[in-house]
Formats: sequence, C-alpha cells, structure tokens
Amino acid sequence: MRIHRIPSEKVKQEQPSVDLSPLAHLFEKYRNKSGSLIPLLQGTQHLYGFIPAPAFDLISKETGIETADIYGVATFYAQFRLNPVGKVIIKVCHGTACHVQNANAITDAVQDELEVKDGETTPDGLFTLESVACLGCCSLAPVLMIGDNSYGKLTGKSAVKVVRDIKETMKNEN
Amino acid sequence: METSIKPKIIVGLGSCGIAAGAAKTYDKLLALSQSGKYDFELAKTSCIGMCYKEPLVEVQDKAGSVIYGDMTDDKVIAVIEEHFATDKIVAGMAVHSSYSEASEDAYFNGQVKIALRNCGYIDPESIEEAENREAYKAIRHILKSEMKQMDVIQTILDSGLRGRGGGGFPTGMKWKFAFQNENKQKYIICNADEGDPGAFMDRSLLEGDPHAVLEGMIIGGYAISASTGIIYCRAEYPLAIKRLNIAIKQAFDKGYLGQNVMGKENFSFDIYVKEGAGAFVCGEETALIASIEGQRGMPRKRPPFPAVSGLWKKPTNINNVETWGNVPWIINHGAPAYAAYGTTKSKGTKVFALTGKIKHGGLVEVPMGITINDIIYKLGGGIQNDKKFKAVQLGGPSGGCIPAELGHTIVDYDSVNATGAIMGSGGMVVMDETTCMIDLAKFFLHFTQDESCGKCTFCRIGTKRMLEILERITEGKGEPADMEKLETLADQIKNNSLCGLGQTAPNPVLTTLKYFRHEYEAHIFHKKCPAKVCKPLLTYTIDAEKCTGCTVCGKKCPSSAIEGGRKTTHSIHQDKCIKCGECFTVCKFDAVLVE
Ligand SMILES: Cc1cc2nc3c(=O)[nH]c(=O)nc-3n(C[C@H](O)[C@H](O)[C@H](O)COP(=O)(O)O)c2cc1C
Ligand code: SF4
Ligand code: SF4
Ligand code: SF4
Ligand code: FES
Ligand code: FES
Repeated sequence: MRIHRIPSEKVKQEQPSVDLSPLAHLFEKYRNKSGSLIPLLQGTQHLYGFIPAPAFDLISKETGIETADIYGVATFYAQFRLNPVGKVIIKVCHGTACHVQNANAITDAVQDELEVKDGETTPDGLFTLESVACLGCCSLAPVLMIGDNSYGKLTGKSAVKVVRDIKETMKNEN
Repeated sequence: METSIKPKIIVGLGSCGIAAGAAKTYDKLLALSQSGKYDFELAKTSCIGMCYKEPLVEVQDKAGSVIYGDMTDDKVIAVIEEHFATDKIVAGMAVHSSYSEASEDAYFNGQVKIALRNCGYIDPESIEEAENREAYKAIRHILKSEMKQMDVIQTILDSGLRGRGGGGFPTGMKWKFAFQNENKQKYIICNADEGDPGAFMDRSLLEGDPHAVLEGMIIGGYAISASTGIIYCRAEYPLAIKRLNIAIKQAFDKGYLGQNVMGKENFSFDIYVKEGAGAFVCGEETALIASIEGQRGMPRKRPPFPAVSGLWKKPTNINNVETWGNVPWIINHGAPAYAAYGTTKSKGTKVFALTGKIKHGGLVEVPMGITINDIIYKLGGGIQNDKKFKAVQLGGPSGGCIPAELGHTIVDYDSVNATGAIMGSGGMVVMDETTCMIDLAKFFLHFTQDESCGKCTFCRIGTKRMLEILERITEGKGEPADMEKLETLADQIKNNSLCGLGQTAPNPVLTTLKYFRHEYEAHIFHKKCPAKVCKPLLTYTIDAEKCTGCTVCGKKCPSSAIEGGRKTTHSIHQDKCIKCGECFTVCKFDAVLVE
C-alpha cells in the first residue's frame, strides 16, 4: 500500500540545511492557480533532489494548504523523496519483461557490490539503489539505468562491472 | 516515403533506440555528413517498433528505402559507406526495404498500421512532416465542411472504436454522453499514464507522432464542445513530454489550437500537459482527475461518471492515447474502412508491446481477430533459443495468462475475456518453460499490493494476505489449504473493491490457478519448482562424472557448503547449503545440477 512510502524513523537521515529562497519563483509561477500542489512539489524536488522538511511549512504558508495535506500528497506519489539521495542513482528495472529475464539477480548483485539494500543510499552519499518499473526498453531486458544511460542484456556480473566502472570514473574525477 | 534526388539517412531516436545506443549512431553519421565525403541529408524519426533490431537506420535514395538494423556506432559507418559505394543494399544487414526482400519482412507484413501510421516515418518534432502525412487533415475537413457535432460522434460510433486504455468502452457512446450534457465548461483528457509495467505502446505513439494524439483531442473537443484538453502523462516519459510540448507549440502557431481553431468561430481549444508523479492507480479515471486537481490520486465512487461530473466537477471526456490516435484516421478514411478490420464486436487494430522470451520483441499493430499464435510465431518469430512456449500474459497486473494450449485464441475483447485474462492496454509478455507461473503471479500481486491506494479494506489487506500466501508457497512452506484460501480471498477482493485495480488484482493468481494448477501442487505438495526459479525449493548437487575439481565453486560458496580439494570431486553438504545458486553459475563444466 502507498503508506509504505512514509519513511520509518529508522531510515530517516540527517537532512542538510537548505536555502529555501529559490522556491520564491515557483510560488510566483503557481500563485492562485488551482491544482498546482503537485507541480510545486515537483519543482521543489527538481531544485534540491528531494523535498526538504522545512519546505513543507513554507509551501503551506504560501498556498494556504494544510501541511498535513501536503505531506499526504508527497507520500502518496512514488516520485517524491523526503530524504536526500546519492550523487548517482542506479535504477534497476523491475518491469514485467525485466522480471521474467531475472532482474532480481541484477538487484542482488548490485546490493552486494554497494553493500546497501534496495532504496538505500551508500554511507558516502555516492550511490542510491532504486527499483523502477519499465524503463521502456524491454527488449534489452534486464536493464539498469544510470543518469541518462541505459545498460541492457545484463547479468549479475556485467551489472557489477557497470557499477565498478562508474565508481572508477568518479574516483578519477575527484 | 518520397524519394528525393539527394539521399536521406534517417535514424530512429525513440526512447528505445536511444537506450540501444542510437544517439551515438546519430553522432557518427553527423560527423560523416559534416566531413563532406558524401552528400546526404540526415534526419531523425522515432520508433518503428522493431526494438530487437535497434538502433535502426533508414537510407532513402533513388532506389527507394532500406532499413538497416543493429546499427550501433561501431558498425554504422562501414555499412553506409558500402551502401553509397556500391549503390546496393548491404547484404545481410537490411531488415526491411521498399525494393527488395529483407530479413524482417514477416514482422512488417503482418501488421496494419493505423494508430502508428506515422511512427518511424516522420520527424516527430516537425509539424510539416506530419502534415505531409495527413496530420490535421481530419479537423480541417470537419471545420471547413461544417460537419455537425453529432455527425462526428456518429462516425466514431459507426467505426466501432472501443477504448484502448483497457476498459474497451465504445468511444462514440462516451462522447455522446459528454455531448448531451449542457454544461458550458467541459474538458477533454488524454490518459497517458501508461502504468502497466512492461508496456510502452502509448509512449511510442506520443514520442513518434504527437500530432495524431493532439488532433484526436481537438476533434473530440469539437464534438463535445470542450475548450480545454489536458494530457496526463507519466513523469517517467521525459522524451514524450518534451515532444508533446513542442508539438503543442507548433499546432498553436499554425492555428490548430488556440482562439478560434482554424478561423472557426465558436470553437477555441487549448491543450496542456500535466505530469504525473508516479502512481499506477492514477491511470484510473477518477483518480487521474483527483491528481490533476492536486490531490492524492484516490479513485472515487462512480456514478457520477466523469461525463457528468469530472475535472473541477465539470463534464469530462477521458480517452486513452491510442484511442485518440485512431480518431483522425477514422475521420479521414471513414468508419467503414476502420470497421473493415477486426471481428463483430471488436473493430480496427490494436497495438501490442511484445516482450519477454520472444525473439522479436517490439511494438506491433495488428488487426483484431488475429490469433495469439500468429502474433507470437509469425510476427514475433517464436521463442528465444527455441525453447517451448508456455504462456502469454495479457493486460499486465490486471490481466491474466493464456496458456500455450489456448494459443489459437483470437485477439478481441470477448475472446480474451473468456479465457480469464483481459485485453488490457496492450502489454503482451511471452513466457517459456523457464518462467515459474507462481513467481509471476507473485510479481504482479506484489505490484498491485504496492500500488493499492488503500481506500478499500479488501484491496488493501486482502492483496497483502494473498501475497503472503504466495510468498510462503514459493519458499516451500505452502499448505494444502492454500489454493482454496487464495480462491476465497480473490473472490472477496474482486467483489468488494471500489475501482478496477482491486477488482482485477486477483486475475493473475486466478488464471495461473486455472491453467497451471499442477505447478501450485508441485510447490505445495512436492516442494519443487518445475521451472527451477524458486530458489528455496531447489537442490544443488555435483555430478561426480563432470566435476574436474577446479575448486572455483568452493571459493564462491558463501556458506562453505562445498567440500573437496584440488583435482578431487567436490560435493555439497545439503544441511549447510543456503541455495544461493552461486556454484551453479560459476561452474564452467556444467557439473553442478539443480533440481
Ligand atoms: C488501476 C487502473 C489503471 C489504469 N491505467 C490506465 C492507463 O495507464 N492508461 C489508460 O489509458 N487507461 C487506464 N485505465 C483505464 C481508465 O480508467 C479509463 O478507462 C481509460 O482511460 C478510458 O479511456 P479509453 O476509453 O479510451 O480506454 C486504468 C484503470 C484502472 C482501474
Ligand atoms: S480498489 Fe484498491 S486502488 Fe481501488 S480505490 Fe479501492 S483500495 Fe484504492
Ligand atoms: S566449479 Fe564445477 S568443476 Fe569446479 S569444483 Fe566446482 S563442481 Fe567441480
Ligand atoms: S547453492 Fe550456494 S550455498 Fe549452496 S552449495 Fe552452491 S554456492 Fe554453496
Ligand atoms: S520491463 Fe524493464 S525495460 Fe521494460
Ligand atoms: S523500437 Fe521503439 S519501442 Fe522499441
């Protein structure tokens, strides 16, 4: 059920303090437009990568919508994140086509490699592992996506190689 | 496809093509054209539906057109240079051609493209190319000939078009209800939330021919007197959203949208795109409306139907992307031409996303009435690695499986419903002997359970209980009463859920119970998984004849269950084995056996 999307106390992470002033132009854009709560939340997430807790109160103040209602909407939709995410998001497809081509093996292998569970972020804040439904290239199943790049026809091994390669490039960039 | 003197090279850049590396292919060709070595025009198009051969590159020259498949960036230049140098089709690389036989002709020739008529033929970001292929001809005809609203609706009624979003409700009838409502403000909605995990028909149409959908909506707006259209598109389709917005701007600039459409007094129509936020249930029409209004996407009771009280409580007509895409064609070619395809009660064509263990995965548009076997063997080329065809799942999480024995079933709403599956929106996932049907049912139930909005007790908790039972069965802890329990729960959930999500959630379980009961029995009574998928039910042993004593498996085993020294036969301690399958994967000598 959708209530699962509310993070338990255990997985709540420290939130960095954020500057909410960039939200002002969003409020301007959507002022007095009905039905704009979701675009507002999408805009917020676009700015920060997640919806920072203090943003809820600010949105409430600006729109007059109850904080509880905003929280209700934000937790209902899978797109919204209430916690910061890693620099790189690894999306493993678990759509039907990928499932029948053994997507579980991909998630298992990446979990082992990164030592995090599905949905979690590595302690160094570099990687977040996510399961998603159909990435739209089913004939390449099983598929994972990092940034705008899709990698298809994977095995557990080749998936781990993809992740290691990315780790390597990130190391070199630093 | 017109042939100009100057050759034209067209690269397929849909999401699928890009995933297969088409952007890199395009860059290589761009460099080639800039090098000045050959004189050709470089263009883009979208998906032509042949995923399994992506990236696709089409060459049009005086001879006609030829499409080359598997044109990854490392291969494309050689093929194009050879084509130009010899002026001939490069042997073995062509998948389809207007002037010669090619390897994938069967895939093309079995199809009838109505909804997808322009996908793969036009640059979706060019309204002129769309106009050259009949875009906006239908609305021009309607407005110039002052066709009456009821005549438009009658044409759609006569065509027999039924909603392609899954429900199959006659489209003309829906329009008529909305038309008859006298409210001044009415809305048109295009449902582009495509949530079935494993289906991408709507995405391909939006990416490949956005104008077809816009024109359908404008015609619908005219027919029911609506002034605003909204496309609710899932956020996971960034390319579709981008191309829709480009198309809307172009249509606006050309006067197909906006104040007084094409100079017509009393008819103004605007369209905008609303992005979804990731909730399968928002594909349900009342939830979708709640979501556009900025609320949690929870379905509500019907009646009142959206035609009476929809968005902002005004009469609203919702149709699916593919439904809208068919509309202009029907106006242009007439209801009888559309109704000439199909069966008595299901007219026209249907687009399917063919995936799973099929050789030719991709997008196909076929006339209703074709058999499932024809789709799988004639178009799909059969099962991967020539394994045995076991079943096909139609309708995604709301649908069910149809076993190979019923492969002669024809594709139309009634025949598919009779099997216990549903036509659905067009996801068709093919399975072979290595797919465990209980694992599959568990997968779908997990999905619906996760996506349930939580409003109804049976949908919220009942699906959870069913899922727990399936989990138990696949872990080898199934009990004799489980099958009956599943059936009872399924019945209760179907009868006590408010919306289609709950009402159809048990279908995958019910159809697998009906057609693959023996697999449930094997899991429950014999603690075996015949497809060898459910790990806890497998036993790993080492074949002494084949084992070379290479020690690889022993090093990999996470629980030190494998005994044996270098060059001696290894063996597995069953009490220690946690059935991870690692030894099976790593053994190069096929010495590890699974049962
Ligand atoms: C849980 C659920 C999900 C649905 N998802 C979609 C969808 O993704 N796309 C769609 O067009 N219709 C979907 N529908 C069907 C819509 O409610 C509606 O019937 C359809 O959009 C009507 O358009 P049509 O008559 O052109 O098919 C869904 C229905 C339910 C119950
Ligand atoms: S059937 Fe399920 S998804 Fe539909 S309204 Fe009820 S709880 Fe929500
Ligand atoms: S990997 Fe295979 S061949 Fe090598 S020791 Fe293990 S069972 Fe024997
Ligand atoms: S299945 Fe896993 S635990 Fe069992 S013997 Fe093989 S490697 Fe070891
Ligand atoms: S199911 Fe994975 S890409 Fe479609
Ligand atoms: S070829 Fe475009 S969807 Fe695959």
